This record gives sequence, structure tokens and C-alpha cells, in this order.
Amino acid sequence: MDTENLIRTLTADNPTHERPVGQSLLIGLVFAAPVSVVMFMMELGMRKDVMTAMRNPFFDLKFVVTIALAVSAIAVSLHLSRPEASLGRWAWLLAIPVGLLGIGMMGEMTMPNRTPMMTRLIGNNSRVCVLAISLLSLPLLAAALLALRRGAPSHPALAGAFAGALSAGLAATLYASHCTDDSPLFVATWYTLAVVVVAGIGALAGARVLKF
Amino acid sequence: MRGREEDEWTGLMLAANAGDNPAYHRLLKAVTPVLRAGARRGLARAGQPVDQSEDIVQDILLAVHLKRHTWDPKAPFAPWLFAIARNKLIDALRRRGRRIFVNIDDFSETLPGDPVEETVPAGEVTAHLSTLPPRQRDVLQSIAVDNASIKETAAKLSMTEGAVRVALHRGLSGLASKLRSE
Repeated sequence: MDTENLIRTLTADNPTHERPVGQSLLIGLVFAAPVSVVMFMMELGMRKDVMTAMRNPFFDLKFVVTIALAVSAIAVSLHLSRPEASLGRWAWLLAIPVGLLGIGMMGEMTMPNRTPMMTRLIGNNSRVCVLAISLLSLPLLAAALLALRRGAPSHPALAGAFAGALSAGLAATLYASHCTDDSPLFVATWYTLAVVVVAGIGALAGARVLKF
Repeated sequence: MRGREEDEWTGLMLAANAGDNPAYHRLLKAVTPVLRAGARRGLARAGQPVDQSEDIVQDILLAVHLKRHTWDPKAPFAPWLFAIARNKLIDALRRRGRRIFVNIDDFSETLPGDPVEETVPAGEVTAHLSTLPPRQRDVLQSIAVDNASIKETAAKLSMTEGAVRVALHRGLSGLASKLRSE
């Protein structure tokens, strides 16, 4: 087929438009979220004292941090789905969840009668935490990668890593309502570890499936 | 250096997105010689015969077409185009087993005296055409090779025009993914 013919054919296909990547991502996450929620309800469920816990600012902070992570990672992965985009200053969006967590840790340090640092750090559930967040994020990660395949990232592994981070952020939002460890120190250690694991999986998968 | 021309591309792409098919055709025609020159330069730098450039040009055009929804209409068109082109050039050279250093200016600079005519005809797209599902293959064959319109194709294959459009789009996506997994 010579190039002139190809151009004519592409022109004939011009009326067919793909939907924007952001829309695909939204649809994908809306379909995947119930899967993660069902997994969560069947295996973990919310903690029993959730009504009292809500009055603890450190419990609430977990949600603020995980949602901030999810939202900023969504913004970055959509940015990276354009071919001319590189990470650059967009990486600073991650400073929002990190900063919020930092403020929480400082706030906790000023509290009187706090439990010893190592107790707060190790908590009750660290292994469950990392495992649960990682597993709950997998349906979301699959949906996010599928949606981002409609994009054209020049850095597919990086885009995949942010798809992992956004999935882990959403999964951690679920998990946070089960977890009885509310210390920002615990969150900064174990939640972060889970996010790094899922981002790593996302990067490996992204390098393969997000190339356009 | 090519500023005015590149502004024109942005305008054409905006018109194309609004449904102006002749504008889209003009745009693709206008960028093709630039892509060809860039592909030749990349091949030359990698020590490859430059007359294989047409396969790369077609691969780029296909990706431009299928990914044009990732172009931000508020941004100029040329940087987006060259980013797609660089990606495809790197892929093509990698497939030929070369360690590559694609110069970022391969596409954005046209040197005087660059040949702009098609040289050796491309074969990869045609080769993959026959591996598509029958419906898509027939539709593409009719439109791309036999020069028929969508309407004529629908009549010839006893399909609705809508079905022809769907098969055409899926066929083009299929070709792109076959080129990618080569």
C-alpha cells in the first residue's frame, strides 16, 4: 500500500473518534472499584469502632493522605499519557500527600502521652496492611492500565508506575477503614511500602502494555 | 524555521477534529515529507539503508491517526507530532537490532535538499493486511487498495455504512498493533 492510499484511508476514518483517555480511566475505575470493595468486605470489613475512630483526627488523616495520593497520581498518569509529556515538575504533585503525612507526623510528636515510637511504627497489622493494599489494588491497576493503553506515553514504565500509585492510593483508602493503626508513622512506613510495591508492579506491566 | 507551516498544522488539526475531512487529508499530506526526511536521517545515523524509510513513515502516520485524541487542542500540534514520530523511529531502529541514539532534531529540523519523494514502497502494512479478520481485511482492501468510498464499500460488501466504519477503524487499530508486536 503506498502512503498516498494510507492517507486517504486514514482520512476516511476521521469521523471515528476515540474518547479522551481521562474518560476511559474514569469508566475503568468505576467498573473495577466494586471488585475491590467486594474483596474488602469479604475478607476484612470496616473496623468495629469506626464511629468512634472517626473522631480521631489521625484516623481521618489516613483518608486525606490516601485520597490525595490517588488524585495526584491520576493527574500525573493522565499527563504522561500524552506523547510529548515528561514527568518534570508534575512529580511535585506527589508532595501533596507526602506533605500532609509529614504534617501529621509532626502533629503526633507534639501530643502528650503518646505511645512509644516503635510501638506506633510496628503497629498491629503491618503485614496484613502491605498485603491487603497490594491485593486490593490489583483490579484497579488492571483497569487503569487498560484505560491508559488508549494513551500514547513516551515513558510507558513511568506511566505504569503512576497507574500503580493511583490504584494503591484508592486501595489504601479502603483499607484505612479496616486498619486500627492510625499513627502517621505507621502510615508513612507500611502504606508507603505497599504503594512502592504496587507502583513497581505497575512499572513492569506498563513497560510492556503501555507502549504504543 | 518552519514556524508558519507548523501553525498551519495546528489549525488543520483543529479543523479535522471538528469534522473537516479535507483539512485532515491536507494535514497528513503536509506532514508526510517532513516525517520522511526525519526517518531517513534516523536510518542514516544508525547506518541503515535510508530507502526503508517508507515503512516508518506509514507506522508514524497510523499512530498519529489512532492517537490523535491525546493531542491537547490548546497546545501546538508539531511537538506532539514529533514526539509520536520519535517514538516510532526508535521502535523501528530497535527492531532492526541497533543501539540507537535518536537525535531530537531528526524531525523538527528540515535540512535543505532533503529528498521528499517516496523511494522504495512500504511493504509492512500490506503484509499485515492479509492477517486481519476477513471483514476488516475486505473493508480495508476496498477502501485503501481499490480506492472505493465508504458508501461504495458498504454496497459492495452488503454491509451498512456504520458497520463499514467500525470495521475500518478496527482494521486500522489491528494493523497498528501488528506493526508494534513485530
